[in-house]
Amino acid sequence: MPKEIDALQKVGDLPIGFTAKPGSTLEFKTGDWRSVRPKLDREKCIYCGFCYIYCPDGVYQDMGDKEKWYKPDFDYCKGCGVCAHQCPKKCIEMVLEEV
Amino acid sequence: MAKLVGMEVSVAVAEAARLCDTDVVAAYPITPQTHIVEHLSELVANGHLDAEYIPVESEQSAMSSCIGAAAAGARTFTATSSQGLALMNEMVFIAPVLRLPIVLAIANRALSAPINIWNDHSDIMTIRDSGWISLFAENGQEALDMTILSFRIGEDPRVSLPVTMNIDGFTLSHFIEPIDMPEIEAVRKFLPPWKPLVQLDIGAPISIGLLGTPESYTEARKATDNVLVASKPVVVESFEAFKAQFGREYKVVETYKAEGAETLLLTMGSISETAMTAIDEMREAGESVGLVRIRLWRPFPSEELLKVLLPAKNVAVIDRHIMMGTPDGPVAVEVKSLLYDAPNRPNVSNFVLGLGGRDVTRDDFKYITKRAKEFKGSPSARYELVGVWE
Repeated sequence: MPKEIDALQKVGDLPIGFTAKPGSTLEFKTGDWRSVRPKLDREKCIYCGFCYIYCPDGVYQDMGDKEKWYKPDFDYCKGCGVCAHQCPKKCIEMVLEEV
Repeated sequence: MAKLVGMEVSVAVAEAARLCDTDVVAAYPITPQTHIVEHLSELVANGHLDAEYIPVESEQSAMSSCIGAAAAGARTFTATSSQGLALMNEMVFIAPVLRLPIVLAIANRALSAPINIWNDHSDIMTIRDSGWISLFAENGQEALDMTILSFRIGEDPRVSLPVTMNIDGFTLSHFIEPIDMPEIEAVRKFLPPWKPLVQLDIGAPISIGLLGTPESYTEARKATDNVLVASKPVVVESFEAFKAQFGREYKVVETYKAEGAETLLLTMGSISETAMTAIDEMREAGESVGLVRIRLWRPFPSEELLKVLLPAKNVAVIDRHIMMGTPDGPVAVEVKSLLYDAPNRPNVSNFVLGLGGRDVTRDDFKYITKRAKEFKGSPSARYELVGVWE
């Protein structure tokens, strides 16, 4: 018997047909896959929305006309760096995650 | 009253799907299965079967459509052969884990290359580990009966698994045989409307066909294996219920003159009828020989086989497929594995024949019986390919 079992559920406890409630992937936080995170310099940001449009995971949220910036949701941002690459003002820097 | 009709076996299989009130047929024509789906399309077009007939663009799409239809709660049927099953393969492995009782008739045909349209069992062996229940018919009547039984077994709430019903291509699919055609009322009584365990429903949404991460894949596969193994008593029970309703008796392992026989031939499918004729002739000549026929290939009927095989001195396992690069054919692998731990196990020899439609004759079975008696076993022993010119 291995010391530690990595399984989520026992064989007999799995739902019939391996189904799930819809939308349950929202509970599956993927942000901890990240090794680098985007850091925004809001002084240089022109609120163009490139980060919001190009993000392959849709983690950027529009903070609206008053705040004029896009905020990443770090529960899901995997640190791919597409936003930093696409930013026309180069105001997003990918910084190493501190453990 | 049921009536005896002369009918092509493929047509009888399609008629069985009609009697079973199939809701969805998604299929692509391929020799030698074509007459099954061709007849079903006629039945639907002429209003004799109230079903959706989906003329898909490939077998991969056929099984995808069947999975979708079954997930929506529809009684679903399809049929294929050989390359069609190969193209379907990706989707075939999905249906059992999703617990969808689709019925798939396979008119068994050799796989390419070389391209060949005739009969052997190489196609079904590509999906032997997929989790489908697998039945083999020996003649036209069995093809019809096993189709009806496939729905009944698969839809049982203790099972809820897909079922393949295998008939030998051409040697069964294209023969006209006398068939006892049951009354539709009797079939409907035997097969009540299906109540799915899992169903796509707009009112109560669920997700089907999920990602299984390393933390859940092992358990999901084991859960499916458990259900497949546990389905055997339901198969037996369904055969008994079938006998009570229609009078014809079936067993997961069939035998012919096997009791007390020194040498047993072990077969699957239609060559068993030729084997029985050969056994009659050998018995007349004083040979102690009998037949064991596997009807239920998956789940493998271990206990039933042990019971009939252990008393024999020699067992000749006959395969219709070369499992390339290995010592034995697929049926022999299972039988040898089963007998490995048994004390005083019989000598098990393995013969491969009837590939790509080559004739299997009574003389072949007589030759195999002789060779099985001579066989003493050796660690390097490989299958013997009967009738090969080399």
